[in-house]
Amino acid sequence: MSLLELKNVSKIYGPLKALDNVSLTVENGEWLAIMGPSGSGKSTMMNIIGCMDKPSLGEVILDGVDISKESSKKLTEIRRDKIGLIFQQFHLVNYLTAVENVMVSQYYHSMPDEKEALEALERVGLKDRAKHLPSQLSGGEQQRVCIARALINHPEIVLADEPTGNLDEANENIVIDLFRQLHREGTTLIVVTHDPEVAEVAQRTVVLEHGRPVKEIINESFEE
Amino acid sequence: MKKKKMFLRMITASLLRRRSRMLVALLAIAVGATILSGLVTIYDDVPRQMGEQFRSYGANMIFMPSNGGELSGDSLQQAKNRIAEKQLVGYAPYRYENITVNERPMMAAATDFDGAAKTSPYWRVDGAWPSGVGEALVGKETAQTLALNVGDEVTLTYDLDKTPATADEAANTERNQNSAAFHVAGILDTGGNEEKYFFISIEDMEALTGKADCFDMAELSVTASQNELKTYADDISQHTDGVSARLVKRVTQSENTVLSKLQALVLLVTVIVLLLTMICVATTMMAVVTERRKEVGLRKALGASNKSIIVEFMGEGLLLGGIGGLLGSVFGFIFAQAVSMNVFNSSIQFRWLLIPVTVVVSVLVTGLSCLLPVRSATDVDPALVLKGE
Repeated sequence: MSLLELKNVSKIYGPLKALDNVSLTVENGEWLAIMGPSGSGKSTMMNIIGCMDKPSLGEVILDGVDISKESSKKLTEIRRDKIGLIFQQFHLVNYLTAVENVMVSQYYHSMPDEKEALEALERVGLKDRAKHLPSQLSGGEQQRVCIARALINHPEIVLADEPTGNLDEANENIVIDLFRQLHREGTTLIVVTHDPEVAEVAQRTVVLEHGRPVKEIINESFEE
Repeated sequence: MKKKKMFLRMITASLLRRRSRMLVALLAIAVGATILSGLVTIYDDVPRQMGEQFRSYGANMIFMPSNGGELSGDSLQQAKNRIAEKQLVGYAPYRYENITVNERPMMAAATDFDGAAKTSPYWRVDGAWPSGVGEALVGKETAQTLALNVGDEVTLTYDLDKTPATADEAANTERNQNSAAFHVAGILDTGGNEEKYFFISIEDMEALTGKADCFDMAELSVTASQNELKTYADDISQHTDGVSARLVKRVTQSENTVLSKLQALVLLVTVIVLLLTMICVATTMMAVVTERRKEVGLRKALGASNKSIIVEFMGEGLLLGGIGGLLGSVFGFIFAQAVSMNVFNSSIQFRWLLIPVTVVVSVLVTGLSCLLPVRSATDVDPALVLKGE
């Protein structure tokens, strides 16, 4: 059974169709990139898969559950338990240190554990910056804290929205290396990007235009 | 780490690391709590402060013989002892006797001058108050009639058998009399009936009349509310033989009216201050929530329920309320002390109970003020705010 399945999903805002009859399957442990220009429906798809929005039509089956029919309370629970989010703007709580930002995710999920949070930061190479506030970290470091926060609860899917959009090349490579490592460990990755360099390192790329998937590219040279 | 510990870590970090915004909210709460605590202290202390001021209007309670006879020193003492010592400002027993001066019938009043000075602080004495035996305080009207001045000598005569009704009778009847010479220490100006009397000491009156331990009435000045005075009067009348205690209603009622109005005014100001504090805190919290919409969105994206968001914001608000309340109870006392010193010229005592009361009220008011802003935080759509919309 696929981990995620979108069946004829549409999202309609008045006369505008942000997603138009999209069907997509994501297998467990797969690394998928979703590409497309601005307004192609990438973020809408990300919000629906991330349980932050519901489709107007169609079904979204996540781990065997149709999340398109669930209440917002239930969606919050699913998001908490199954999904790790990585944002382009990092979205760290500015008055909490790096380790506290990671622990916030634990706090809502189960039980905060500082040791485990420090290990997550160590994994992204930031253990020595654990007590720093976001304002004392570079963009790349903030993104790595964001990744540590997304991973701390061992989610079924990690959703990354333009994860390298605000990073320089060096930091972009660090983030991509982290994704490679996550993929090797069996994490399912869905990366929304408009950067072809980020997309081409994924196993498979789906290109969206005007809310429809127009192309699917399998990365033949993908290294496991 | 327990969830509670993380919760405290988050809200203290929010307060300590976002000082500028939180200081505004804390200042609003602390100022409100200061004025609240100060006004409650004043409200509570006004009866005592004003009571002391009102004592300058004279006695507010009198003891009279309940059976129409005379009062003994013992019964007066017993009655007096039923009033708490700290509330008793002054006590003056009086005994009135008919006397003659140069064959003219006059009225002499014996009293304790120290007590009279306290129960009747409005008496104006030209000269000095009598300081021992053989000295008299002469009412202004009597002094004018007899052409007496401060420092003059005057002889008071008491008829041991029967006081003559007229000057002719006094001149023509052979009588058994006692006389004593007095030095006029002062002339008394009150604007009332006291100006017709000769005031001498109790010892002099006993020597002149040969009768001891009998009084006609006693005046008392007591710092107490009208209800408390009434309770005292009823208690004394019931439990002291031969003594009937009565209130001087023109004094007690006007005291009561002024006090009620003053307390109502303080209460009104307190309520207005509370409302203004609530508006100020609510506005600040609304600004805090608006400013942190992205953070709320993020927390919701990470899986925070609406309840968690409410608990976190309320936690911050209530912690601020508690700190503001603590600061307010200290500054409130300083404020009340300053008002008391400037208005009433006397200090007030710190009431420890006011600390928990101010903190609890402050926390409740802050909690109420936060309800609406915090409720609005739960309306945040994480998908929209995380996209910067």
